Amino acid sequence: MLKKRIIACLDIKDGRTVKGVNFVNLVDAGDPVELAKIYVKQGADELVFLDITATIENRKALAGLVERIAAEINIPFTVGGGIETAADVAILIKAGADKVTINSSAVRRPELISEVARQFGSQCVVIAIDTKLIDNEWIVFVDGGRTRTELKTVNWANKAENLGAGEILLTSMNNDGTKTGFSIDITGAVSSNVNIPVIASGGAGTKEDFRDIFFNTSCSGALAASIFHFGEIDIRDLKKYLKSEGIAIR
Amino acid sequence: MIAIVKYNAGNIKSVQNALDRLGYKSIITDNPSDLINADKVIFPGVGEASSAMRYLREKGLDKIITTLRQPVLGICLGLQLMCRYSEEGDTDCLGVYDVNVRLFPPVDKIPHMGWHNCMTIKGDLFNGVKVENDLYFVHSYYAEISSFTTATCDYIVPFSAAMQKDNFYATQFHPEKSAEPGEKILKNFLEL
Repeated sequence: MLKKRIIACLDIKDGRTVKGVNFVNLVDAGDPVELAKIYVKQGADELVFLDITATIENRKALAGLVERIAAEINIPFTVGGGIETAADVAILIKAGADKVTINSSAVRRPELISEVARQFGSQCVVIAIDTKLIDNEWIVFVDGGRTRTELKTVNWANKAENLGAGEILLTSMNNDGTKTGFSIDITGAVSSNVNIPVIASGGAGTKEDFRDIFFNTSCSGALAASIFHFGEIDIRDLKKYLKSEGIAIR
Repeated sequence: MIAIVKYNAGNIKSVQNALDRLGYKSIITDNPSDLINADKVIFPGVGEASSAMRYLREKGLDKIITTLRQPVLGICLGLQLMCRYSEEGDTDCLGVYDVNVRLFPPVDKIPHMGWHNCMTIKGDLFNGVKVENDLYFVHSYYAEISSFTTATCDYIVPFSAAMQKDNFYATQFHPEKSAEPGEKILKNFLEL
């Protein structure tokens, strides 16, 4: 049986791991490679590294970090942050990333999805969507959640799939950092409207939150950051618990 | 020396990294004589079948790979390219295995992405590996089950998770990304 994935996310700023609450107030949580190795040992199914301050100048530094990660860990990992062109993707894939996440640039220039999918395959194109509920409508935000767009989330996810995205990483900004659980509402809506895997993100606080998102939606995985960094939930315990609840887990 | 076939496929370096972690030296090469003279050849790949085949033909590697005598391991797209034909890009492939590669019918999420255990396993590659061990898969196309199948998996339809014909081994999953069970499978290949 295909297992539900537990994915640990590491937000990277200047080569260190950080995690913001509602996208601000960064707190240092350590060296990304060391943290990655701990997660692999605990049984994380996949890792995501997001460079939250990505600029052209530090693109090379990020590639260096990706090379270190690729050398050390034996599970798949995704890298994102500030990707604007297929050439940016090439640097990260060449450094050893299995997949890349693209967010704002894909909204601004949707053809980028097709360009990357053609060159590297759909399986490596993860479209990250940050979304917020506004007047009962889930709306796509870009620029790290700072800029509102006109796009409705399910429509954008559909379009991204049609353009060649291989996976959707869906973050509910309403839930992110609150530790009150994933948004079952938008995760369920996106997951049942696209035929590519959807990863739920934003809001994990307890083991039950993971159970609930897997029980109530067809998402393929669930991602969290701070609760893993600060040892609030050990991935081993989480997976043991989810197995005991009858969920297919590695 | 282990030779890793270089072509226009994604993330070949991860195979080399995995070999490094196991203590095996390797080179990434598209030089025919390097491939012919290597102790083992790994034919990895993530990418698109028709453009990959075009590259192999341009470099003359299509003729070389099929005539290799040492153990060869195709991984993911490598497995699919070792088949006769792929629906991806309507592509005639290398034909090591007389098998067709088909697109999964769209009745569940595609690509088949993530950790999945096999239904059956047999053969040298799986020594010390258990059928319940999860392995990492990422693919939208699959090789049909055939007399060459050494491991089966079931996602939408049953398909070949691993194949073997003489010295030609192949896995649909990524051993280089499959934690300890993957390392065991790679090690089994390297020790053939």
